[in-house]
Amino acid sequence: MRLNFTVNGRATAVDDVWEGESLLYVLRERAGLPGAKNACEQGECGSCTVYLDGSPVCACLVAAGQAEGREVRTVEGLGGPGRLDPLQEAFVECGAVQCGFCTPGLLVQAHDLLERVTHPSDAEIREALAGNLCRCTGYEKILDAVRLAAERKAAAR
Amino acid sequence: MRPFVYERAEEARSAVAAVADRPDAMYLGGGTNLVDLMRLGVAEPARLVDVSRLPYDTVGVRPDGALRIGAAVRNSDLAAHPAVRRAHPLLAQALLAGASGQVRNMATVGGNLLQRTRCAYFQDITKPCNKRNPGSGCPAREGDHRNLAIIGHSEACVATHPSDMAVALAALDAVVHLEGRDGPRTLPLTELYRLPGDDPRRDTVLDPADLITEVTVPALSFGGRSHYRKVRDRASFAFAVVSVAAALDVAGGVVRDCRIAFGAIAPVPWRARRAEEALRGAPATEDAFAAAARAELGQARPLRDNAFKVPLARNLLVRTLTELVVA
Ligand SMILES: Cc1cc2nc3c(=O)[nH]c(=O)nc-3n(C[C@H](O)[C@H](O)[C@H](O)COP(=O)(O)OP(=O)(O)OC[C@H]3O[C@@H](n4cnc5c(N)ncnc54)[C@H](O)[C@@H]3O)c2cc1C
Ligand code: SF4
Ligand code: FES
Ligand code: FES
Repeated sequence: MRLNFTVNGRATAVDDVWEGESLLYVLRERAGLPGAKNACEQGECGSCTVYLDGSPVCACLVAAGQAEGREVRTVEGLGGPGRLDPLQEAFVECGAVQCGFCTPGLLVQAHDLLERVTHPSDAEIREALAGNLCRCTGYEKILDAVRLAAERKAAAR
Repeated sequence: MRPFVYERAEEARSAVAAVADRPDAMYLGGGTNLVDLMRLGVAEPARLVDVSRLPYDTVGVRPDGALRIGAAVRNSDLAAHPAVRRAHPLLAQALLAGASGQVRNMATVGGNLLQRTRCAYFQDITKPCNKRNPGSGCPAREGDHRNLAIIGHSEACVATHPSDMAVALAALDAVVHLEGRDGPRTLPLTELYRLPGDDPRRDTVLDPADLITEVTVPALSFGGRSHYRKVRDRASFAFAVVSVAAALDVAGGVVRDCRIAFGAIAPVPWRARRAEEALRGAPATEDAFAAAARAELGQARPLRDNAFKVPLARNLLVRTLTELVVA
């Protein structure tokens, strides 16, 4: 089947999509966007998190056809051309990245939190990121990065 | 994954017709359970009829105060709805206690009600399982059943129903609205689910072509004094070990009325009518709450490794009701 959707602001048509493919597969293998990662394929790790119509979802559990006509935003679309989002900068500065496999999903999920909540409490950050597993960092630096980005975004408002 | 045809339904009647005609067609909501089960080979529909974009995507309040919840409403939108948070806090709490933000953003109300058990043998097609493959046996009975049922189960199947939302809705006397082969009908949510008996294949009384269109929740004067409490193996993002949904109406130290349901102890969201009966007119004390818990859980028949759920369920109910008295 042919899939028509918007990816990072650009109208996109992908041909020869098999019904059983996930949105994650379409993005990574057909649309040239390998940012979202494929790990558990069961909704348990969050490394495949992308925005679908403005809400973060696990792209591994979205059947390709479900994305028809909808808007997808991936980690590649968080910053601008040649520019990182303040959240991405904070991840770099705080050392919140080790192997980096969980990072794209965490970025999208944390980005959504900061869009909705200006001054998230630690409890709110933890709960918002509960669906994103990281095997390397122990999460402390990730929390630091989200706090730092929240401060900067609030100051810039 | 077996090849299948994907189609998007534009309206309810055509969706029902599309599934009624073909024995191996299934509805697709958000896909967070069904896509997973298809990948595991547990579900093998030849046709998916996507009903997530049908116009049942709003939450409203009827003049009589009842909530109307469209079946395609996302779990996250329902949890955030002001009318739910105000009049039925236990429902919002149950939703937020389930899964992760990403899953709740995709999951629909209809799909949440019909999600399948998390029994590990059910999800593993290399294992026998009476629910998946009738007559093959139930390895959970002698195997890993720490988180399976203590009540309402049968020789053939000891699985639990995993939904948090359904437990709150069972306590609230929710009604499920259906569109089926013979037109629309309604069913109390507590009658939607069936106990396994000697045929655990079906979790509900529904026909495969029955489409859930809406769930209504009648007004409850003391719904504001309610709570959903979930015990799990980690602080967040885990299925319940035991949960309780409770609403309490107390006046002058006496229980005037209450609604109670347990989750993760039975094959169905377990409405605790015996406990409710024991409590109406009783003093609002810890002793009376414990007696009510015993009245309900006296029917429990725990398995080798899950007897801990009986005192856990009792303590959870006593604590939840005690907190509601002072709330
Ligand atoms: C990692 C993970 C963790 C989770 N943790 C929890 C948890 O802690 N608590 C909890 O309660 N749940 C949890 N869930 C389960 C989640 O709540 C369900 O997957 C979700 O609610 C299912 O909704 P859906 O719309 O995606 O359903 P789908 O997957 O689309 O469908 C599920 C079933 O419902 C049927 N169906 C869908 N819509 C309709 C309709 N309108 N009418 C008739 N039939 C319909 C489908 O045919 C299918 O059989 C978790 C899921 C994941 C992936
Ligand atoms: S408990 Fe039920 S679902 Fe689990 S293995 Fe036994 S029959 Fe299958
Ligand atoms: S790959 Fe999607 S949640 Fe793990
Ligand atoms: S940095 Fe390696 S998984 Fe998170």
